[in-house]
Formats: sequence, C-alpha cells, structure tokens
Amino acid sequence: MNPALLLIAASFAIALALGIRARRGHPMTLEQWSVGGRGFGTIFVFVLMAGEIYTTFTFLGGSGWAYGKGAPAFYILCYGTLAYGMSYFLLPVVWRYANAHALVSQADFFVRKYGSESLGIVVSLVSVAAMIPYLVLQLKGLGIIVSEASAGAISSTEAVWAGSLVLVTYVVVSGVRGSAWTAVLKDIMILGVALVLGTYLPAHLHGGFDQMFAQIDRAHPGFLTLPRTGMSPAWFISTVVLTTLGFYMWPHTFGSCYTARNENVFRRNAVLMPLYQLVLLFVFFTGFAALLEVPGLTGTSVDLSLLRVTDHAFGPWMLGVVGAAGLLTALVPGSMLLMSACTILSKNVYAKLVRRDVPDSQVTGLARALVPVVALVSVVLTLRGGSTLVLLLLAAYNVVTQLFPALVLSLPNRPIATRQGAMAGILAGEATVVALTLTGATMGSLFPSWPAVITDLNVGIVAMVVNVAVLLAVSWATARRPRSPQTAL
Amino acid sequence: MRLYRWLAIAPAIGMLGGVPFANRVRPYVFGLPFLLFWVTAWVVLTSVIMGTIYALDRARERDAGRGRS
Repeated sequence: MNPALLLIAASFAIALALGIRARRGHPMTLEQWSVGGRGFGTIFVFVLMAGEIYTTFTFLGGSGWAYGKGAPAFYILCYGTLAYGMSYFLLPVVWRYANAHALVSQADFFVRKYGSESLGIVVSLVSVAAMIPYLVLQLKGLGIIVSEASAGAISSTEAVWAGSLVLVTYVVVSGVRGSAWTAVLKDIMILGVALVLGTYLPAHLHGGFDQMFAQIDRAHPGFLTLPRTGMSPAWFISTVVLTTLGFYMWPHTFGSCYTARNENVFRRNAVLMPLYQLVLLFVFFTGFAALLEVPGLTGTSVDLSLLRVTDHAFGPWMLGVVGAAGLLTALVPGSMLLMSACTILSKNVYAKLVRRDVPDSQVTGLARALVPVVALVSVVLTLRGGSTLVLLLLAAYNVVTQLFPALVLSLPNRPIATRQGAMAGILAGEATVVALTLTGATMGSLFPSWPAVITDLNVGIVAMVVNVAVLLAVSWATARRPRSPQTAL
Repeated sequence: MRLYRWLAIAPAIGMLGGVPFANRVRPYVFGLPFLLFWVTAWVVLTSVIMGTIYALDRARERDAGRGRS
C-alpha cells in the first residue's frame, strides 16, 4: 500500500473511532441522533456549521474553479459571507420558534408555521431532491481523492463505491455527535492544509503570490477579472444573491441551527464565520499555483488540480495528508446530508404519508434503514454524471433556494404568505427550475435581444421571480380565510 | 428602533455593488489582483460590521436590565 492511501485509511479509522466514542453515554433517540439533544455551545455549533460549509466543494471545487475559470470562482468567497450577515437576524428567530415547539427538522418548521402537513411533505421532498446532487458532489470528491492518492491503481468508480461504503458505515455508527467531533479534526486539518499549500506553493514555485498573479495575468490575460460577457459582473452578482438566499435553506444547515443552546450562539457566529471564509483565499491560491505548474487539465478534471499540484510539488506523503483532510471534508458534510435526507424521508414523508401515529423508535429504525438506500441512489447518479463540482452545487442551489420566500414570509407576526400561497409558490418555482434544467435554457436563450446585463443573469432568477409572483398572487387571493400560520398554534 | 442594525446591509451593497467597478487586475493590493482584494476586504469588513452590531445589541440588552443569554 502506498503512503498516501495508508494515511487516508488511518484518517478514516480515527473518524470512526471518534464517532463510536462520542456516542457512548447518549441514548439514541431520534432527537439525539439528529440534533444532539440541543445542547451545543458556540464552539460546537460553529464547528458543525463550518463542517457543513467547508466541504469537498470548497476544497477541490474551489481550487478547481480558480484553476479552470479564474475570477468567477471568487463568488464562493462572497455568498457565505453575506449569508452569515443574514444569519444574525434570521437564525435567532428560527431557533426561538423551533425551540418553543420542539421541532426536529426543517419541514416541521413549515408544518407548524403554515399549519399544513402537505406543505411539510412538499418541502421535505424538495429538500431531499436538492440534497442528492450535494451528496453526489461529496461522493465524487471521495472518488477523486482515493483514485488520485492511489496514483490510478484504484479506479474512480471503485473509489466511489468504497467512499460511499465508508460514509454509510460512519453515519450508521455515529450520528450527529460523531459529526461534531470529526468536524473538529477536519477543521484543524483543512485549515493546516489550505494554509500550507496556499502559502508554500505560490512562494516556493513562483516567488510569492504577487509574482504568481503577475505571471498568470501575462500568460492568461483577463483570467483574474470577470469577463465582459458570460460570467460577467451581472452573472456574479445574481449568482451570489441566489446562493446567499439559499444558504440556510439546506435542511442539514437549518437543522444544525436547532442544535444551539441559545440564540447568542448565532450572533457570535455571524461575527466569526466571515473570517473563517478567508481560508478560501488559500484554496484559490492553490488552484492558481496549479494552473502554472500542472497546466492542461480541462472539463471535469479541473477538480483534480489541487491534488495534482500537491503530488507534483511534494510527493506521496503530502498527497496522503491532503487526501486525508479531503476525506474528512467529504465525510462530515456527506454524513450530515445523508443523515438529514434519511431522517426527512422517514419522519416527514413516510410517517406523515402512510400512518399518522408511528412510534419514534420505528421512525429512527426506518431512517437508519434508508441510509444505504439513499447512498446507493447517489452512487448511481455519481457514476452517471459529468459535471464539475461547482456546477453540481449551483444546480442544487437552484432547487433549494426556492424555499426561501415561503420561509421568510412566514416569519413576520402577521405572515404575508398563506399556506396555499406558500405551496403554490414553491411548486411553481420548482417546476420552473425543472423546465429550465431540462431545456438547458439560459437568460440569453430566453431573452435573446436583451442587453448583456440581463442575459448574463443566473437563470435561477427566473424561477425565483415566478415563485414570488405566484406566492404573492395566491396568498392575496386566499388571504380572506382565517390567517392560517397563526391559527396553527 | 435599532437603526444601527441597517448597517448589516452595507456588506451586500459594498461587496456586490462594487464588483462592476472593482473588476480589474491593477492596482495589486497586498499582492492580490484588485477584484480579489475588493472581495476579501469586504469579507473582513463584514465581520467588523457584524461585531459592531453585536456589541451595540449587547449594550442595549444590558441597559434594558435583562440580558437574553
């Protein structure tokens, strides 16, 4: 076995051991398994949220896009930052309500607020639909890491199967406490790896990052700015806005906000988390260094750039360390995604749809049984797909962001949306997303004669506009009935 | 009213609204191409701004005599 694979296997063993250890002493009820008994403080929630946010996507996808696209990759630095600012006001309100009503999942929130079980089922299905591509992204990342670390001895297909086996084992064994401890380990590793690669590579290979950027600017003019058309400033701004709004709509992110002990945890996090985003700078530096050092990767293989340049500059031991960090960045969010998807399918779809009084133990049992099933579906999709990590995430964001209007309009004391409005808005938004995706439409193809400022906009804007328009129209038409969100209490 | 809370929209306006104007390589600041510097500066400013709002919120809560933590 080569040193890289050995290190990666060792990091998995440690993650598993932490998961088993963390579980001891906590009876595994559904609430314990998925929201950790609501007893986490600032540090743990910080780490958990960071754990979900620093995923394979940021690590491999971020460097991959810096390598393949240049400046458009900077959007990744923006949306998280703006979302944290928003969280200062949004999450305490959500947490207070969730805590008062002992809610476990995101769908529970919609059910309570709008007093509609069917809305809960729709929200659940939408969120699972969005989580699958996100999970596919993690598996793809695992596949890339293992196959690169083995220098091609393990094919990417085999690696994806191995990776999902690892993920399933991990989730079934640990639950959320395991994620939190592994997240601590993962954060230390990714911080270390990103800082080392991001400072050492530009300094050592190119004589400093100012030199590196100057070299890139000479070799690839225009690469360090947004192009005039295509991924232009209009694309950049609209993409950041959409992904910012969608940021907390992920059920696992929404759900991890329930784990907080009190609402000040979020406010402190809103101050700290933007700084944590700065790690991304070093991820970008690595991608840029790779562009000069290991050129020629195109299409989906841009996602390999970080590992290639590591191997090129340091050899197999360092590749092993980076691969181990990479494994954890796929394992933590991957386990959260898998766990959330299964809890949702079991508790918010099966239990509501099939029988109304399913005992808690059975819901937990089904959630666990679903873990390998959902993983298998994701593996099949992973092996079929051909998108870069960033494009996969952007597609998933278009789906999940559609939940934002219905959520935010339920928060005021006199809610603006009715249950019919919320339902119609979400369905119309998602139908538009599906139609746009299937036809491969862009703003340019929809409105060919409009100026570039419009045609470059992220096409997700169309779905959002449809969603909000339908939501408001239906809410207005149905508003004369008793105000459903309040009578729900 | 807590008017200072409106400060929270400054990052969105500064970071995104500035992109069309900051979309250039030169001047390099701290070795970063200007666009990347611009975005990074706003990431840091976001933390500062949110920290200010948090401090003011805490001060108000203490004045009200019943901190909510």
